[in-house]
Amino acid sequence: MTDPAPDISSSSRSVGREFDRLVKSLRQGGFRVGGLFFLLATLAVIFSLLMPATFPRVSTLQAMMFQLPELGLLSLAMTIPLISGGINLAIIATANAAALLMASILTALMPPDAAGMTLALWLAAAFVAGLLLCILVGLITGLLVAVLGVHPILVTLGTMTLLHGFGIYFTRGRTLSGFPDALLQLSNDTIWGMPISFVLFVVVALLVHVLLTRTALGVRIHMIGSNLEATRYSGVDIRRVLVWVYVLSSLLCFLASVVMMARFNSAGADIAGSYLLITILAAILGGIDPYGGFGRIGGLFVALWILQVIASGFNLLDVSPHLALASWGFILLLVMAAKRLRSGSPSTARRPNKMEN
Amino acid sequence: MPEALRIIFGRTETALGAAIVLTAIVFSLASPYFLTLPNLVDLVEAYSVTTILAAGVFVVLVSGGIDISFTATASAAQYLAAYLIVRQGVPAVPALATSALLGIAMGSINALLTYHLRVVSIIVTIATASIYYALLIYFTDAEEIYNLPDWWSNGISFFRYETVDGDIVKITLPIVVMATMVALTQYLMSRTRIGRQVYAVGGNPEAASRVGIDILRVQVFAYGYLGLLAAVAGFVQAGRVHQAVPTAMKGEELDVLAVAILGGASLVGGIGSVGGVLLGVLFLAVLQNGLNLLGVSSYFFGVVIGLAILVSISMTGYADKHARSRRAKRAG
Amino acid sequence: MTIAASGLEAGAAPLLALSRIGKRFGGTVALDGIDWSVEPGEVHCLVGENGSGKSTLIKILAGVHAPDAGGAILIDGVSHQKLSPHQAKALGIQVIFQDLSLFPNLTVWENIAVDQELGAVLKPPPRGAMRDAALAALARLDAHLPLDAPVGALPVARRQIVAICRGLAANARILFMDEPTASLTRHEVNLLLDTVHRLKAQGVAIVFVSHRLEEVVEIAERVTVLRDGRLVGTFPASEIDDHRLAELMTGSRIEHKVRAHGRGSRQPVLELRKAGRAREFEDVSLVIHAGEILGLTGLLGAGRTELALALFGMTLLERGEILMEGVPVRLHSNRDAVAHGIAHVSEDRLALGLNLRQSIADNISITVLDQLADRTGLVSPGGRSRMAERWVERLGIRASHVGAAAQTLSGGNQQRVVLAKWLATEPKVLILDSPTVGVDIRNKQGIYEVIRQLAERGVAILLISDEVPEVYFNADRILHMRDGRIVGEFVPGNVSEHDLARAIYA
Repeated sequence: MTDPAPDISSSSRSVGREFDRLVKSLRQGGFRVGGLFFLLATLAVIFSLLMPATFPRVSTLQAMMFQLPELGLLSLAMTIPLISGGINLAIIATANAAALLMASILTALMPPDAAGMTLALWLAAAFVAGLLLCILVGLITGLLVAVLGVHPILVTLGTMTLLHGFGIYFTRGRTLSGFPDALLQLSNDTIWGMPISFVLFVVVALLVHVLLTRTALGVRIHMIGSNLEATRYSGVDIRRVLVWVYVLSSLLCFLASVVMMARFNSAGADIAGSYLLITILAAILGGIDPYGGFGRIGGLFVALWILQVIASGFNLLDVSPHLALASWGFILLLVMAAKRLRSGSPSTARRPNKMEN
Repeated sequence: MPEALRIIFGRTETALGAAIVLTAIVFSLASPYFLTLPNLVDLVEAYSVTTILAAGVFVVLVSGGIDISFTATASAAQYLAAYLIVRQGVPAVPALATSALLGIAMGSINALLTYHLRVVSIIVTIATASIYYALLIYFTDAEEIYNLPDWWSNGISFFRYETVDGDIVKITLPIVVMATMVALTQYLMSRTRIGRQVYAVGGNPEAASRVGIDILRVQVFAYGYLGLLAAVAGFVQAGRVHQAVPTAMKGEELDVLAVAILGGASLVGGIGSVGGVLLGVLFLAVLQNGLNLLGVSSYFFGVVIGLAILVSISMTGYADKHARSRRAKRAG
Repeated sequence: MTIAASGLEAGAAPLLALSRIGKRFGGTVALDGIDWSVEPGEVHCLVGENGSGKSTLIKILAGVHAPDAGGAILIDGVSHQKLSPHQAKALGIQVIFQDLSLFPNLTVWENIAVDQELGAVLKPPPRGAMRDAALAALARLDAHLPLDAPVGALPVARRQIVAICRGLAANARILFMDEPTASLTRHEVNLLLDTVHRLKAQGVAIVFVSHRLEEVVEIAERVTVLRDGRLVGTFPASEIDDHRLAELMTGSRIEHKVRAHGRGSRQPVLELRKAGRAREFEDVSLVIHAGEILGLTGLLGAGRTELALALFGMTLLERGEILMEGVPVRLHSNRDAVAHGIAHVSEDRLALGLNLRQSIADNISITVLDQLADRTGLVSPGGRSRMAERWVERLGIRASHVGAAAQTLSGGNQQRVVLAKWLATEPKVLILDSPTVGVDIRNKQGIYEVIRQLAERGVAILLISDEVPEVYFNADRILHMRDGRIVGEFVPGNVSEHDLARAIYA
């Protein structure tokens, strides 16, 4: 992976610090990122040995980069609420709702012969509409969680059903397709040999990483994830933080919806439904603490690559994609078992940190 | 916790009951067909699968866990039964028993993993759900099984009655099975020691293990029982659609969870009643059926459920918040 | 076999006797050669600091841990090398842990008779017998509780009765109670003492386990002190007071000096006028001056903590007003309070004071994150660490590094982290609610020292505590609160510690 950040000096410095921290965590037996890297490397080596002619190739890498971004962006949308001690079950529904809104603008309202500036304006209008919808969804979710103190599982179960319901109602279960080429290029064209969507994902992942580790908001998100009340007693406006968590999550859903529209050239209420649980699987595999408070985007990034390498490797081996899915589940269980063995005696196990209301 | 408990014990069921009566009155005024026997019986049959699953999910919720994998279990058990009966010619009873055992085993695996890995059950069951589904589709090639025997797909009618209008009312197998499962769940949860232990573990797991309750046994019971009911729901569902499909109920797990929670089961554990879960199902059934009769598009139904969930959790959330501030005052 | 000399007259064999009980966990010795006995119908206090081994001892008796070989547990003269939980229960040993181990969602009767719901899983529980057993246990205490109410709906003191009844229903002959008065008001403590009297009359032995002497010592006959896993000794309760106990628990004599030296300044910082909140506190007026340590004491339930929360903006005043440096202010949340220079150290350090799982650096920097941001608005982890390291050094926090989780620290060092996070905001007023709860006696002195230095630098300090010596030896002035009102003002030195204690416990 090349570093797309423009500010070379500051990013190389932070890369150096990250490296120090990585070495430190490896020395302390930190399983999180170090162990995952090892797992990823092992898988890559195994597949390369099994398929020396097809697997270790640039085209394979490129194919993976085409497939990774939408699950990646959706996983980021899941990760921020998870770190805050919550969850967002509505990410797919939000992304689909935004995609449907944008698709209906682009297919029903926009004149089919729009080009040049007109096309750009229509695209911009569609994006703004989708963006506003996502912000609204995030605000409502965040306010329900923050002000009423209802558990996010319940709130987002509700928003998920509602948004999905709207989607079904407006489309009658059909899909909308036929988007302008300018949008489709996002998923089809490459810069420096990498798909634009992948570059977008990497940039967004870096931004989320910076947000979570280097901003006051990010630190507060971690803090409310491990102890909401203590953070409130420290003078933190937890309502604002929680609303931000779900607005950010929804914004990432917006980006995912744009990438999905570009890749599938269609929008519908039931697209990518199976991704919901996989984003949680990826996040937990990446070391995000299911109890909240801890997790690194770097870990998630490696976990996403592990899932992708397995999927692509199985595909090239002509093994059923269903077995790839099964092996994802197995790997998650294995990683949890390994953590369990390292953490030792049962008495040290934490109880679920439920937001008791 | 006290007021919250009182609200959850007292309020959810009464509020739901009131909501059901109210919607039922509105619908029966709007559509004369609503309050007829054939319509109500159809309603019950249509919701039999959801009810059986919700009863199982309820048990796991009371124990303080969540299960996402039960639709995979239902599909697997359904498929195994159909395979044994249709393809292998195994008699019904051993075939059903075998697949019921499969359901129990799949549920128990969740319990064992949750207990030994000490990870929240939602994560464990997401992992097992993906494994179960993937293996199921891999081994079955996603192939449907038709030609279910008659007793299974056309159902046994236990009771037949013709109304004056010539409509036929049948009490069919799904209704009887559902009633049996609901009664069994009610009995187990309130009248047996293991049922009470489930409540105890959900209420305070630490205390439960201190008084000598075997937590693992309780969890295996809860998740295994959900596995059993999932298998039963799988049989019923296959009968209703006349075929067994490996992905029969994929994607419905969160809907069933929502129904159980709507009926007052709590994610915190230890709280809820079978009656509440029944009311939750009934509420959605009445709502959907009534809207249908009024000519509202069935496509609109998702919106209605979503709103119902959001309104209901907002009400409980608001009540809890008030209870909390009242409690805070009393402490002073 | 040697059994510790009993302070009681010889005669009946002790109900429980320990001989050379020891326990090692890996390399650390938790208990070493304990000889101890409890008589039937005796009320006994087992005291020791955190880590003195008292919880290990209870766990051995409850059958949770097995003692190391070489010792013996004698019950009714029968020797056991170790007990299983089941055996302990059958022999009549019952432990009531501090959290009471009740099921908030189950009814009173089901909680009391929960034992009868164990075993044969598909059998129906004997409801009638269970209710009878619950009624019988309640009758023994002459307690009247609604049998069918969920326990979560009862106040703490009544839940404690339920927990005791569960022990009685299981035929307890010796009842261990872990920190039984920690969350009880004085009135509730009196009810508990009544209960204990009844149990004693019925021949049940009661052992209170605590990290300090509590009100229960009033009815205890003997006090046993543990220190560093060893038995310091068993003494008649009448010979023990707070000072003697502190000495026995720490093994060193602690010099107490009255700090009060008149107010450092006459400049009021925080003032409260006729403040009130329904059912919490009423008509409270007070002034804290710059450089002054104002003590606020009273029994649990007097409204001290509620007053502190209102001063910190966690709750809104319903009546009266708050003035900061002479200007009326309205505190809508604790963010307003922090903005006005008010800091608050909560009495519940583990749940509200600290984010235990997060690092020391994050805990210290959480209050000042916005100030730590650089020009770009970013807060670098390095900047947070450096800031935290300065505080670790200044307050002498003993930690391996600032990236370590707060839960790895000892109680005293944790409390210093809490102090650091508030001192980082450069407060004008520091409210300390029970700042030394769960802190070893030795570490307490260090915390007092920090508080005094702050006062010398002009911070106005409100020191809230129910430990009389804590306020007596540290405050310049002491307000006494009872039933939500300020009922007295004392100046240490002008009044003796004993008189102050008498006024409060009266």
